[in-house]
Amino acid sequence: MHSYIRTHATESALLLVILLISLFLSFATENFFTLGNAFDLLNTSSVNIIFAVGLLVVLIAGGIDISFAVAASVVQYVTAVMLGWIGGGNWLFGFLLAGTAGIVLGAFNAFLIHRFRIISIVATISTFNIYFGLLMFFTKGVSIYDLPDWLTTRVVLFEHEMANGTWVEITLPVLVMVVCVIATWLLITRTTTGRQLYAFGDNPEGARRFGIPIGAMQFIAFGWLGLMAGIAGLVQAHYAQEVVPNALYGRELDVLAAVVLGGARLGGGKGSVFGCVLGVLLVSITQNGLNLMGVSPFAFKMIVGAIILVAITLSNTSIEKLLPLARSEGKRP
Amino acid sequence: MNNPAGAEGNDKPLLALRHINMTFGGVKALKDVSFEVRPGEVHCLAGENGSGKSTLIKIITGVYRPETGAEITYDGQAYSHMSPVTAQASGIKVIWQDLALFPEMSVAENIAFETMVGGWPRLVNYGRMRNIATDALARLGVSLDVDLPLKSYAIAQRQIVAIARALVGEARVVFMDEPTASLTQSETDYLLDIVRNLSASGVAVVFVSHRLAEVLEISSRITVLRDGALVGVYPADGMTQSRITELMTGKTFDQQVRAKPKQDRPVVLELEGLTRRGQFEDVSLTVRSGETLGITGLLGAGRTELALSLFGMLHPTAGRMALDGRPISFSSNREAIAAGIAYLSEDRLSLGLVQPQSIADNLVIASLRKIIAGGLISEDRKRSLVKHWIAELGVKIGLQDDAISTLSGGNQQRVAIAKWLATDPKLLILDAPTVGVDVGARAGIFDIVARLAETGLAIILISDEVPEVYFNADRVLHMKKGRIVGEYDPRQASLAEIEEAVYA
Amino acid sequence: MSKLFERLKDLAGPEMAGPSMAFVAVMLIFGIASPQFISAATFGSVAFQLPELGLLTLAMLLPILTGGLNLAITFTANIAGLTLAWVLQSYGGADAGVGALILGVVLALAVGAASGVVMGLVIAFTRAHPILVSLSMMIFLRGLGEFLTRGGDISGFPDFIRPLGHGSLLGIPVPLIVFVLCVLAWHVLLTRTKLGFNTTMIGSNIEAVRYSGINTRKVIVWVYALSGLMCSVAGIIMLARFNSVRVGHGESYLLITVLACFLGGVNPFGGFGRVIPVFVALIVLQLLSSGLNLLGANQHLATAVWGILLVGIMILRWMAGHFKILKNRR
Repeated sequence: MHSYIRTHATESALLLVILLISLFLSFATENFFTLGNAFDLLNTSSVNIIFAVGLLVVLIAGGIDISFAVAASVVQYVTAVMLGWIGGGNWLFGFLLAGTAGIVLGAFNAFLIHRFRIISIVATISTFNIYFGLLMFFTKGVSIYDLPDWLTTRVVLFEHEMANGTWVEITLPVLVMVVCVIATWLLITRTTTGRQLYAFGDNPEGARRFGIPIGAMQFIAFGWLGLMAGIAGLVQAHYAQEVVPNALYGRELDVLAAVVLGGARLGGGKGSVFGCVLGVLLVSITQNGLNLMGVSPFAFKMIVGAIILVAITLSNTSIEKLLPLARSEGKRP
Repeated sequence: MNNPAGAEGNDKPLLALRHINMTFGGVKALKDVSFEVRPGEVHCLAGENGSGKSTLIKIITGVYRPETGAEITYDGQAYSHMSPVTAQASGIKVIWQDLALFPEMSVAENIAFETMVGGWPRLVNYGRMRNIATDALARLGVSLDVDLPLKSYAIAQRQIVAIARALVGEARVVFMDEPTASLTQSETDYLLDIVRNLSASGVAVVFVSHRLAEVLEISSRITVLRDGALVGVYPADGMTQSRITELMTGKTFDQQVRAKPKQDRPVVLELEGLTRRGQFEDVSLTVRSGETLGITGLLGAGRTELALSLFGMLHPTAGRMALDGRPISFSSNREAIAAGIAYLSEDRLSLGLVQPQSIADNLVIASLRKIIAGGLISEDRKRSLVKHWIAELGVKIGLQDDAISTLSGGNQQRVAIAKWLATDPKLLILDAPTVGVDVGARAGIFDIVARLAETGLAIILISDEVPEVYFNADRVLHMKKGRIVGEYDPRQASLAEIEEAVYA
Repeated sequence: MSKLFERLKDLAGPEMAGPSMAFVAVMLIFGIASPQFISAATFGSVAFQLPELGLLTLAMLLPILTGGLNLAITFTANIAGLTLAWVLQSYGGADAGVGALILGVVLALAVGAASGVVMGLVIAFTRAHPILVSLSMMIFLRGLGEFLTRGGDISGFPDFIRPLGHGSLLGIPVPLIVFVLCVLAWHVLLTRTKLGFNTTMIGSNIEAVRYSGINTRKVIVWVYALSGLMCSVAGIIMLARFNSVRVGHGESYLLITVLACFLGGVNPFGGFGRVIPVFVALIVLQLLSSGLNLLGANQHLATAVWGILLVGIMILRWMAGHFKILKNRR
């Protein structure tokens, strides 16, 4: 246990913070500590968690991606239009389509980064503008409400009525999220490719000397994020029951904050799926709790921002000083 | 063929390279170099920085691809170039100078990383990696918690991990690029034993080290490179340190003790019982104007910590410091600099100079107030200040605006010294000033040190190379485990006597 | 003559190649494609649009030079605008006097600088990554702004504010004058002051700078404080331009400012970058959108073209580097 805390300081700290907040909310509100609310939380956080685990892979490999959320919007739109053309389709086809489109957009980032040695933040800020600009230009900002029935119908995988009459539901987004989380976890902790990604992010030159294929690393990392973004885009369309071209605009920074809060390091080599999920959950639990406490929705973000600010201040100072960790020297890219 | 001794098998090279050429950005890094390693031998690769040693190692291990015409023969097979994966799989292992480890990953993964490279993606077998790592560490007689991330270990232990990594699998030839750079003497002795054992078991070792004593102690043959070209291959028997230096630099050196009596000079720095718990204890010393005080001792003796305490970056827990007779205590290095203390860092690459920035900016950074006129930086003042010091210390540069990283180690160090001289110090602390400086350029650095002392500057010269302080300081202090355990006058003591005391 | 050329080169540095080539290309392409392009109207529209994005880009530039980023710039500008708006409102809205304006401007500048100081302190003392710190500050400020305004607009300002956003002085738009003054201030700051010197040095290696006796924490705090201050200037100009304040105004500029810095040759890792090339890059961006506008395209297409332009410039830089290596080899 002690060694877990030592090696997973961020995750442990986050877990502690989440427990404290949850404990507080359980006493402060009536409905926070109910199964119904817990599942509600999962339902609403699913899309962000899918984005987050995808972004995690890129961060681990030492890159950063600003374009994934607008890429997801592009995927949504393309998928919706194509589904309209073929008139119908089904979930499997939808995922294939969205996943492929996502991978293509992610691979384009990897291509720019690897082929022309453009630094990932420069490349993805460019593609952010290109993807979003073109999407808005071609769609003229018009939303699509006419989606196939299978896509807009809520899929409830499990439901149960509680004694007090509320319903506990697990919906499709949660299932998809769990699959994405497990798949990412398998990729980065259990496969050689995943460990190569860590090594590449941690020490690119060292990885090169081991003969790790650098180009492949970029394509796998950005391709994986593209895949996740594609899936998240489709799930978001399902959840919102519409496709609005700028619905996901700005989401990239919220997700980035959550992932880094979860212990991923900008610069590579560090980060875990668990921490990443905790990072997203901390934000949504706070919002959910504030909501239940009857705080004005306008104040949510302010409080969330303040909490993140406090959390990073704490996690960067006290936790490392309290625990006898050898401080790693600052690494510059 | 009928050799009854059977020695001819050992003369056949395990690895042979011929006609190796390599160019980087228009500069020839290797010119038609040949190199061969016999099975089980300890072969030293000697040369100054930039002579092409590291490039050669990178070609052998497949990191770089040599220009066409190269012939590589390994274990009877001919290759036009290697790839990292084949090199590792066929038993060519390297301990890189920069270690090339992964600090965030576990010790086990670092040691057994080659099991995760090459071939199709597959599942990771952590149990097997842990066993491999534990075995490799056991062969070195070390036990570390292989599940902890590497970053939780200090640099010496990381070096051990890098060595352990090279022993994984069927090693046939192991390249060791400066493996002892951050090891203490006992650890180094231990490593040399390992090298002997490897050699005895038929593994060839190619040893690169700037510590020539080590090289002579361990190797059987020496290949010398200079400016990317082969100078020759020599048997270690009958070779001396000065002869190797001569071959490496193409110059001859004649070192003489520079020490002079300085007792009549006024005292600049006086320490009394200075202590920083856990790092150094009860350090009392004086440095006089114009005097060069040498401090030597092994890695971890507390030398750098003592220097940083004088420089205000660490805070002593007990004792007194006085500069020019006035008591001093600093809360930051800004105060130390203002008081007239300058500190040349041992780590020039990451602490001493801002590598990507220009020569001029690096030179003026500590004395900006001198080039400010009317609240703004005066470009003219900056240029003339830089010009003055470049000429004063004989730095060879192209343009003032060239990046400092384009200079050789020796010239970089001169700029670093100039940066501190520009602050008009009374006391200059030089911490390992010849690290990463070519053998040929070291004398030039010490000429500058001697000249500075003549101007009345008090100098503390810290080095773990005893000969450096012996020849260049007026007095030598021996520091061990945070305490000063001996004082020597180079005019009376012999080099061997001090080395004996330090390395014992 | 060559001395003058030297001086110009010194002013702009090697970063200038990309933006100036883009400038020539844009002038040529749109000049040929549309006869109205090279006209007073185009330059008038550029002159009025340039300052908002430009001021925010200046705010982004300093943190990038230190190897950081300030993602809170747009909302800092909004909050500063709100501050001014309230002072004006509480002094009678449309009837407020010049004294109220001055007080409001001073308070707005203080608020912007304060947000920067907080970020600077957290970054300097905890060594948390600037992206994360400024991101949480951005989320906080956005929330704060939305909380205070309930998502609505605040308007109703005295008439004498209008010239600040729409007026001209000797034919030059007032916002442009403000912007050019700020550009000059930043140029002097970065090339001639101790703070500017230390800012770029820190961007390359903060530890080595600390070992040289520089108070690096102080520099970091100053950098973010000045960044916040410049956001306030942008916020005040935006208030005058729109004659209202709404949280979210200018939000889409955030990543464009980063793009403009990179286009202007600023090193994404910090340490290198000059104000003048960034200024030219900003002009190119505005010319591009004005030109596309003339051809009947909208701002969204212009956004995409901005992205393509950055990729294009980066590819050209890569090719230039590649070509240089090949040339040396021969």
